[in-house]
Amino acid sequence: MTPFDYDFLRRLLKDRSGLVLSADKEYLVESRLLPVARKNGLASLSELVQKLKAPGAENLTVAVVEAMTTNETFFLRDKVPFDHFRQSIVPSLLAARESRRRLRIWCAAASTGQEPYSLAMCLKDMGPRLDGWRVEIVATDLSMEVLDKAKAGIYSQFEVQRGLPIQMLLKYFTQIGETWQISSEIRSMVQYRPLNLLGDFTSLGPFDVVFCRNVLIYFDQVAKIDVMERIRKVVEPDGFLVLGAAETVVGLTDAFKPVPDQRGVYAPNPASGAAKTGAVGFSATQRLAANFGAAR
Amino acid sequence: MKTCLVVDDSSVIRKVARRILEGMEFEIIEAEDGQQALNVCQRGLPDAVLLDWNMPVMDGYDFLRTLRRMPGGDRPKVVFCTTENEVAQIARAIHAGADEYIMKPFDKDIIAAKFQEVGLV
Repeated sequence: MTPFDYDFLRRLLKDRSGLVLSADKEYLVESRLLPVARKNGLASLSELVQKLKAPGAENLTVAVVEAMTTNETFFLRDKVPFDHFRQSIVPSLLAARESRRRLRIWCAAASTGQEPYSLAMCLKDMGPRLDGWRVEIVATDLSMEVLDKAKAGIYSQFEVQRGLPIQMLLKYFTQIGETWQISSEIRSMVQYRPLNLLGDFTSLGPFDVVFCRNVLIYFDQVAKIDVMERIRKVVEPDGFLVLGAAETVVGLTDAFKPVPDQRGVYAPNPASGAAKTGAVGFSATQRLAANFGAAR
Repeated sequence: MKTCLVVDDSSVIRKVARRILEGMEFEIIEAEDGQQALNVCQRGLPDAVLLDWNMPVMDGYDFLRTLRRMPGGDRPKVVFCTTENEVAQIARAIHAGADEYIMKPFDKDIIAAKFQEVGLV
């Protein structure tokens, strides 16, 4: 692959998926795209680039974007955000939505399903507290290939061991030979849809909670700000945004503000210019702080 | 520093586990079978046990049942690490008092996640 080929691929990936690749990620491109080249009968990445430049390369472009989209994920990844979800976010929303009895959650980079299913299992584990509630988990990803895997809910032994407590494995999975399939009850709690975060997602909302973890790190600053401000428009004024451990809104946008003592959790900022509607009775931060105090 | 008793009849597995767990700041004690592991526990209980199932002399399941009946034997966190991956076997281990279960093959991330799950890291 020549430097010109690499530059072409970097531009293509940025334009089509928002993925920003630094100059030192050539190895990543080679390891992910050589299988795509071979699958399409091309001997090298240079040939792949020539094909991408030719007219009618839409399907090949999609395959390239899908192959480069990071899909590394596991159940209950990082643990702490899910502790916040169970112990603070959901109890806070159950109190605030008592009359409506409806919760809508969006996993914005669902990959192969581990995150939305983790949330579904956390909710299921809450038992009768959610009886009579309508809970929707909308899971989106750019890649159709990973969404197909997510819908099937079938994982290797290696995948189910990554972060999933054994009690949850026994409770929610069925062993099928060397693989494990998540129960139909949990699968039915999640709706999957293909979505590019750089495109319009206004019609998906509104949501009470948005999990958008470990995807914005691959975007440049302008795209990060744009996506977060548009997410703000689909989050209820007293809802929550959960970002990955290496991500933050601080210094980028005032659309959200960090929730104290809840690392990775952000609440819409009513004072922000990006805010869509007026303030509600109690802010998310106030209610979480109250829950946190009660837990201690 | 927390102590972890690694019980496995394979010296290779013990070596791999030692390398991973020492990297997680554990002090390692090794045993080749359940009986050796019991002898270790009678001298002093470790904080954690990484336990194989199939071993000569005394297997992991019998060791675990005996450990849990010892005074203070409910304290160590026990993580099975075995090629036994049938649901029935896993359920049997949990019923006998295992805190977590790792199906071989494993890697550093899996051990770290399971040890975090039971509050060891």
